[in-house]
Amino acid sequence: MKTVGAIVAGVVALFLTIAQFGTAGWTRPPMLNQQHGFRGTGMDVIQTKAGAAEIKAANVAPVPADPVEAGTDKAGAVYENVKVLQDLPVEEFNRLMVSMTEWVSPQQGCTYCHNTENMADDSLYQKRVARRMLQMTQHINTDWKEKHVGEAGVTCYTCHRGNPVPAQIWFDAPSPTRGFIARNNGQNLATPSTGLASLPYTYLQDYLARPDPDQGAIRVNATTALPESPGKPIQAAERTFALMIHMSESLGVNCTYCHNTRAVAEWSQSAPQRTLAWHAIRMVRDLNANYLTPLTSVFPASRLGPKGDAPKLNCATCHNGQSKPLGGAHVVEAYPELAVAPATTSGPQGVPAPAAQ
Amino acid sequence: MAMLSFERKYRVRGGTLLGGDLFDFWVGPFYVGFFGVTTLFFSVLGTALILYGAAIGPTWNIWQINIAPPDLKYGLALAPLKEGGLWQIITICAIGAFASWALREVEICRKLGIGYHVPFAFSVAIFAYVVLVVVRPLLMGAWGYGFPYGILSHLDWVSNTGYQYLHFHYNPAHMLAVTFFFTTTFALALHGSLILSSTNPPKDDNVVKTPEHEDTFFRDTIGYSIGTLGIHRLGLFLALSAGFWSAVCIVISGPFWTRGWPEWWGWWLNLPVWR
Repeated sequence: MKTVGAIVAGVVALFLTIAQFGTAGWTRPPMLNQQHGFRGTGMDVIQTKAGAAEIKAANVAPVPADPVEAGTDKAGAVYENVKVLQDLPVEEFNRLMVSMTEWVSPQQGCTYCHNTENMADDSLYQKRVARRMLQMTQHINTDWKEKHVGEAGVTCYTCHRGNPVPAQIWFDAPSPTRGFIARNNGQNLATPSTGLASLPYTYLQDYLARPDPDQGAIRVNATTALPESPGKPIQAAERTFALMIHMSESLGVNCTYCHNTRAVAEWSQSAPQRTLAWHAIRMVRDLNANYLTPLTSVFPASRLGPKGDAPKLNCATCHNGQSKPLGGAHVVEAYPELAVAPATTSGPQGVPAPAAQ
Repeated sequence: MAMLSFERKYRVRGGTLLGGDLFDFWVGPFYVGFFGVTTLFFSVLGTALILYGAAIGPTWNIWQINIAPPDLKYGLALAPLKEGGLWQIITICAIGAFASWALREVEICRKLGIGYHVPFAFSVAIFAYVVLVVVRPLLMGAWGYGFPYGILSHLDWVSNTGYQYLHFHYNPAHMLAVTFFFTTTFALALHGSLILSSTNPPKDDNVVKTPEHEDTFFRDTIGYSIGTLGIHRLGLFLALSAGFWSAVCIVISGPFWTRGWPEWWGWWLNLPVWR
């Protein structure tokens, strides 16, 4: 009996060992050397050359549409029901519409948003969403230019990548279990956005869904030498850890890209890119709260999450595994109309314009 | 230094690996040998270079003295002395001193006609160090991946290098190493206390007990005693395993795994049994 047990255990162990060798996704050198701190601090991004090339190839900015000779007619005067780009010359307007189709609905074409019988018709929800997304793009490229996106800017393609619905979106996570089944405290689900760690899975809605009046929500380290209040529970630290893993995974980097982990909270020891990330958290909150969540009633039920919430964005939506989306390409340069302040603001609540005739 | 009365008969000539009779002598209690000389050479030179590095550095604070490896841009080439070259030479000195010490142990074993267990065990520690500062940097393609020589700076390196993989406690080899380290101290505590217990009987008894008592204690408590020799085999196995898996856990981090360690467990979640 003992012998049989030993043999069975040995076979199972052998099988598992073979399985992890074959399926875990091991890599091999050569490595790409990327140092972000003083020598010997270990603040490096770890990538194989092959892995880095693969990510680069999967994140190529599309070639901008050929420039057009702009006339004097404005889109708002020529077409009916133009609410955002009315001051754009018609030629530029049409060029952008063609590009948007390439970026967002290359398979579905113009009819994904437009009723071809009457292009001005707002009956398709996609068109109403697209209008708000145009305003969001302009908002990002103007109000968030200095703080986050810089000269590179964003276009529809930065998130959409040829998909009507961007691949990297998120919905509110299921509530923590309670009642008769074992309570999971909102953790221990191997979610990909936390890199399969057992950390809490509700952190996206906790930290990225709405503008947070508490600027210290994410910070869990004490700011005083001695405790002056009860402090935050370990669960808060774990939620922060989950968010940080999400940011690292989204950017294809690790904690040391921004932090010197000897003192993670200490700005004076952090890398400069941490300031960009700090603003990015505010930007994502702003976009989710003021552009995406208000569209909840515009989306059909099939586009909403299991808890009836609108699809939202996070770091991965734009970054898609790169520290600079689309390899840092200056995508908005060829589309200056996307880098002007939104012409009509439909208010922070973002109610889209009513449908025209 | 005075020699103990029985010590003279163990001080036999021969058994040297290098140098023949040239260095086959003792200084006080210490056997010298060719490798004693090289140990002294490398350790004095290495220590002097650390002192030089501290002297040209910003601080004499013992905690903050830092001899850092070169920038990654130097790859596997030699770096300027003040930009990591010092670290490279000190690393050579350290390996030279450690290896010399191990070989000196071998010579002493040969003189005494005993097994090579002690130098073998020490070699595992040297192996772990060499994996950290030579093998892994070679695989990664830059000396800059070695850890810096400094009390706090090497801890900072450990922290950051762990966080390069988001959550190092998910590293399976790290799990094994940590488990072996804890088990080693556990086994040593059990063994040490057991020996002391049988050699320190209660005051009213005063009879020192035998290994039979020791075996019986463990047979009574857990149904099995590994025995007087076996406990030392087990102890050596546990301790060497701890060092060995430490070396494995760091050499796979980077060259063979670049993502967060929690993600490694995807293979388990994806087993066809419950996928």
